[in-house]
Amino acid sequence: MLTQRAKEVDRKPMTFLESIYLWNIMKGMGITISHLFKKKATINYPEQTRTFSKVFRGLHVLNRDEEGRENCTACGLCAVACPAEAITMEGAERLPGEEHLYREEKYAAKYEINMLRCIFCGLCEEACPKDAIYLSQTFAPANYGRKGFIYKKDDLLIPHPIENKEAYEAALGDKPAKN
Amino acid sequence: MSEQHIKLPEGSIEKTTTTLNLGPTHPATHGVMQNILELDGERIVSTEQTIGYIHRAFEKIAERRPLAQITTLTDRLNYCSSPINNMGWHLTCEKLLGVKTPKRVDYLRVIIMELSRISDHLICNSIVGVDAGAYTGFLYVMQYRELIYEIYEEVCGARLTTNMGRIGGFERNFNNIAFEKIEKFLAEYPRVLKEFENLFQRNRIFMDRTKGTGAISAERALNYGFTGPNLRAAGVDYDVRVHSPYSSYEDFQFNIPVGTTGDNYDRWLVREQEMWQSLSIIEQAYQKVQEFKGTEADVYHADVPEYYLPEKVDVYTKMEALIYHFKIIMGETDIPAGEVYQSVEGGNGELGFYLISDGGRSPYRLHFRRPCFIYYQAYEELTKGAMLSDAIMTMSSLNLIAGELDA
Ligand code: SF4
Ligand code: SF4
Repeated sequence: MLTQRAKEVDRKPMTFLESIYLWNIMKGMGITISHLFKKKATINYPEQTRTFSKVFRGLHVLNRDEEGRENCTACGLCAVACPAEAITMEGAERLPGEEHLYREEKYAAKYEINMLRCIFCGLCEEACPKDAIYLSQTFAPANYGRKGFIYKKDDLLIPHPIENKEAYEAALGDKPAKN
Repeated sequence: MSEQHIKLPEGSIEKTTTTLNLGPTHPATHGVMQNILELDGERIVSTEQTIGYIHRAFEKIAERRPLAQITTLTDRLNYCSSPINNMGWHLTCEKLLGVKTPKRVDYLRVIIMELSRISDHLICNSIVGVDAGAYTGFLYVMQYRELIYEIYEEVCGARLTTNMGRIGGFERNFNNIAFEKIEKFLAEYPRVLKEFENLFQRNRIFMDRTKGTGAISAERALNYGFTGPNLRAAGVDYDVRVHSPYSSYEDFQFNIPVGTTGDNYDRWLVREQEMWQSLSIIEQAYQKVQEFKGTEADVYHADVPEYYLPEKVDVYTKMEALIYHFKIIMGETDIPAGEVYQSVEGGNGELGFYLISDGGRSPYRLHFRRPCFIYYQAYEELTKGAMLSDAIMTMSSLNLIAGELDA
């Protein structure tokens, strides 16, 4: 013995009662029957769904600010932080007259997340200095082809907060509009 | 049965043994691992293990990743208790960087690690039951593993591949829901575990199936390099939590359950008793965490500005925080050169991280000491001469997890 803390497990031989099969079957059955009257532990998915925690890491959403401008400035930190190398983007310069579309002078012209690569680690959300990407509480949907899992900017962008308020709020969920 | 018969080519008339591929994708292997069994009737003459079916080159990938991103790799080792792997990795980094974590962080980590240990043992023990033909117990206890997963979800946002914690602490403080769920777990779990014991521990069928099968002596186990519950079942009271305490384990009172013969029944009993011990550790740690009041109760990470990301509010408003934010994410801070080994008592045994750094943003070399890999080597010795059905039980009672077997 290496320590004073060892405690031997109880391995005593079977008693006569225990060696009778019938007794064990009755005992087991007793436990099973008692479970028949307990509350059901399962839910009827997909009709019912359980609520996830506020910090659940589900599908990504690209955020807009209160005026509906895209937050992302294509800085690429999320792509650098991503352990699965799932994010690709292409930056572009904001032209005069586009100020109502993009918040910063530079924006992501293309922004793609390959959901088959993504491991939903949440590091991109943590990395973003512009509050532009976060992981929502929605679950990954099924799809027929692999192509469909490469989410483009249109798939990721949150609905416009003024033009489509309800959808925006639904997508925002429990996240604060501004961190 | 002579050795010669085994070597005869398939289909030759003199061959009297049967070759059976158990795995790689067999429901009884609980993971992607292959065993080529030579059977004489139902008795196993010899076995050959093949590994590498889910080899993902983690150690190589880690050589090109900054420390924070390697946490996501450790999730996928022993996925039944990923938070222990995560914490083990953070402890390794902290050892290399010389970070000292506050007590509250240590205790929160202990709570999470012991919860993971329970979920790991719960899976292992109930799966041993499933392999003995008793499916019911498995279903009943899964509700409580679910509760443990919900606690993870409150802390880190995921259930299985947790990526929990950061270098120096946690990514966020535990919220009230998490604490409520821990309380609920502490209140309800003893009854569930008792019921689980009632179903199995003294059940004649279960005892007949497990006693005396898959036994290994303490000496052989040590020679193989066994650790964890499998070594303790053979009678050696080696526990990393006691022998080289990490994360303030020295502050806790607990026993080390040991077996005598190292057979499947002993392994089952040791795991069962360890769950009780873990429960008592969680209770103690929970008490200690509750003792922190006021500002102390808001401490959830150490002060390591070079590695712990600043608060988002500060990033948006303060220059210094923004600079650190960029430096950390882009891996601009060179890690110190050096060599560290840190091990934790994983769900399965001593899980070690051997990290060599020559500076730069990522490790020069990283090795994971995965206990499953070591257990699997002994599988042939444990099953030689046994019945096929016992081999299945031995596999599950060693708690072989494919993700940990092949890093
Ligand atoms: S969640 Fe993780 S893996 Fe997925 S895109 Fe973000 S950083 Fe990459
Ligand atoms: S989502 Fe955030 S981190 Fe990623 S490019 Fe846009 S602003 Fe940068």
